[in-house]
Amino acid sequence: MARAISTRRKIGITALAWALGLLIFFPILWTFLTSFKSEADAIADPPLFLNFHWTMENYFAVQERSDYFKHFWNSVVIAGGSTLLGLIIAVPAAWSMAFVPGKYTKDVLMWMLSTKMMPPVGVLIPIYLIFRSTGLLDSKTGLVIVMTLINLPIIVWMLYTYFKEIPGEILEAARMDGATLREEIIYVLTPMAIPGIASTLLLNVILAWNEAFWTLNLAASKAAPLTTFIAGYSSPEGLFYAKLSAASIMAIAPILIMGWFSQKQLVRGLTFGAVK
Amino acid sequence: MGRITLDKVAKRFGDVEVIPPLDLTIEEGEFVVFVGPSGCGKSTLLRLIAGLEDVSGGQIRIDGKDATLTPPAKRGLAMVFQSYALYPHMSVRKNIAFPLKMAGMDQAEQDRRIDNAAKILNLTDYIDRKPGQLSGGQRQRVAIGRAIVREPAAFLFDEPLSNLDAALRVGMRLEITELHSRLKTTMIYVTHDQVEAMTMADKIVVLRAGHIEQVGSPLELYRSPRNLFVAGFIGSPKMNLIAGAEAKKHGAATIGIRPEHINVSKTEGAWKGRVGVSEHLGSDTFFYVHDTGLVDDITVRVPGEFDLKSGDTVYLTPEADKIHRFDDKGLRFE
Amino acid sequence: MSTQHSRSAAKLMIAPATFLLFVWMLVPLVMTIYYSFQRYRLLTPDRRGFIGFDNYVNFIDNPAFWSSMGNTLLLVGGVLVITIVFGILFALLLDMPMFGQGIVRILVIAPFFVMPTVSALVWKNFFMNPVNGLFAFAAKALGLQPYDFLSQAPLASIIGIVSWQWLPFATLILLTAIQSLDSEQLEAAEMDGAPALSRFFYIKLPHLSRAITVVILIQTIFLLSVFAEILVTTNGGPGTASTNLTYLVYAKSLLSFDVGAGSAGGVIAIILANIVAIFLMRAIGKNLDS
Repeated sequence: MARAISTRRKIGITALAWALGLLIFFPILWTFLTSFKSEADAIADPPLFLNFHWTMENYFAVQERSDYFKHFWNSVVIAGGSTLLGLIIAVPAAWSMAFVPGKYTKDVLMWMLSTKMMPPVGVLIPIYLIFRSTGLLDSKTGLVIVMTLINLPIIVWMLYTYFKEIPGEILEAARMDGATLREEIIYVLTPMAIPGIASTLLLNVILAWNEAFWTLNLAASKAAPLTTFIAGYSSPEGLFYAKLSAASIMAIAPILIMGWFSQKQLVRGLTFGAVK
Repeated sequence: MGRITLDKVAKRFGDVEVIPPLDLTIEEGEFVVFVGPSGCGKSTLLRLIAGLEDVSGGQIRIDGKDATLTPPAKRGLAMVFQSYALYPHMSVRKNIAFPLKMAGMDQAEQDRRIDNAAKILNLTDYIDRKPGQLSGGQRQRVAIGRAIVREPAAFLFDEPLSNLDAALRVGMRLEITELHSRLKTTMIYVTHDQVEAMTMADKIVVLRAGHIEQVGSPLELYRSPRNLFVAGFIGSPKMNLIAGAEAKKHGAATIGIRPEHINVSKTEGAWKGRVGVSEHLGSDTFFYVHDTGLVDDITVRVPGEFDLKSGDTVYLTPEADKIHRFDDKGLRFE
Repeated sequence: MSTQHSRSAAKLMIAPATFLLFVWMLVPLVMTIYYSFQRYRLLTPDRRGFIGFDNYVNFIDNPAFWSSMGNTLLLVGGVLVITIVFGILFALLLDMPMFGQGIVRILVIAPFFVMPTVSALVWKNFFMNPVNGLFAFAAKALGLQPYDFLSQAPLASIIGIVSWQWLPFATLILLTAIQSLDSEQLEAAEMDGAPALSRFFYIKLPHLSRAITVVILIQTIFLLSVFAEILVTTNGGPGTASTNLTYLVYAKSLLSFDVGAGSAGGVIAIILANIVAIFLMRAIGKNLDS
């Protein structure tokens, strides 16, 4: 495919693509800029693009007004905890399905996928009632449990598709070479599986971080992660644009950065390996 | 060390009997090749010997000891896989060291064996590279290196050359044969390529659908194939098999004649035909002869060059003492 | 690999995941179905009892139900059309040679990583607000009357916001699929004299069909459950103009505290999702074999 393409055409394509890219990205960029404006500049008419007085005051105000770090920490615990717990449960399952497939492996996999089809609203009431009566409502533990379970099928599937790519002959070779199951896992499987596990971890942190149905319904204050924290900004309008921007940027920045690193895995994970 | 006996060994996957009960003895130091078309069970048989699959019945003995239930690593066998199965995250040295490390061997002895293997296999220059940086032939040698450092009772090879290109394959074939004559260790080698079987083996085991069709030295199989299947499978180009009236003349249901045992003449002979495609290799010439009234086309091999063109009339005469006769069950008889 | 020992170890390792998901799926499902046949209001919990299909009848008989069904379908359909059409165009564009392709990709993918509550608030306040939003400024600059998107066209506005969130997903998957197209196929078509447009319709689009199916099905699963965007922007209003099925069930159960009616709605949502799921499972199941 090494064909010369005219530079003029390439520049044209570049200009168009960049214009569209910036257009799509603009809301995030605008939020970012607004977060450094004073509240007055944020609603100035006509809007100010770059020529305003830059200030960090909104970021401090957000922390002071609504305790950003508490919510940030809740998000970290919920997203991180559920992902780790999910991996602990899913790694052995995916491992055995990929390397010791049985007659029902495919059925089990499809069934696991089917649990993901359950609309959350269909089971909202029982979960809400169970949580209310067991004291799990508005607790990090409760959200970790829910988040683990709703993402478990994705974790199993992602790991499964990665493990599937490790040739079975290599594990057989290790066995012939005298490795015990434990040694096989430590010396051969784990080093080869780590990239896949890392991608799975990344994608699931993103999914759990951004999940908004269960967090909005099950955690009102004490255990509220950033999704709920931001929703708290929906009522006071107008005068809080700059602070809302700062809060938004603080809520999405960590995940935006992680997301940019995991684009490829995202495709694979979210399509259950159907598109690679 | 290295006598392997299979006693009524069978393998079923669910209801499918892949290998019906089968007996086979592999003598110490022998180079045995399992050959057969794909799906004949040759790889499964090898994996049963390796212990990578459970037998469904029968007994496997290694040096007289029952090894049927022994886990793979404890059988003292080393295996070279079709895909080489090198550990991609380890250097060549670490790959070769892995079985020794698993055995808990002391470092000095490990180094001695690795250096020795690297020298035998010409790997010294690549010893610190990762498998991804090696060519196919080099990877193959690493896989063999990983097998020989263990000083196993027997080597198992599962179609080890099928991923190499033709020129490299011939080279590796020689290297493995030389390795065998040097180590004098039992080797079991699985392939679907009868040329590999003929050139490497002390003893060939021809398999079809899990059954052993014939066991013998390459020349025994060439000279007296037990049945039509072996006759058609061993030898290249294939033996011509002729049924019908011509066979009846010899008192057989089918007769077989190898392409190299047919004499060609432009003027006279037993069978008359017309030349179709001809392949001139220089050292040999192959003709595919049509319209003989016997079979669709008869393959003939003539040494050196022979001047015949497509469409020319040709006369063929089989060498009488080289005609193989088969009865109506496909079995050869004298 | 498949020795007896490893097989029983395998079963043991699959067990926890299977058991947990089984409980997670079955217990709430049974409870939802059970509640859906009960009179059960959290405000009057002592008046509980079996009432047959009354909850279903009441839920379906409510005009809000039919408008929520309509809204759900419009929301799902609208977002699918927008994301797939633009997704294909963007993917084709991004597949072309250009400078800084990696950066453009990063810009395009970014909205997918923005949590739903943030994107809803950003669009609601900074763009769609009739006084201080950028759209209002733009309208004024052009001498037009500012438009109050969220009260005059609430559903369309939400479709717009959700499309912005999902366009990156569609683009990324379709781009991945386009890039997996064997370039020799395209070269063969070119040698056969097919112009660019025909190459798109006869080679690229059929090649994309599977990816498009996957995008449709997966987005549908998520789009049926759109919730945060509605909660944050319109609260389902004005009236029920932007209430979808998910939001209606939420409103019934956690705002009106009617567990019975909410559960009936939940069961209906499950049935709806299952119809979609059947198709999705088939598409992915086929892939397992290949």
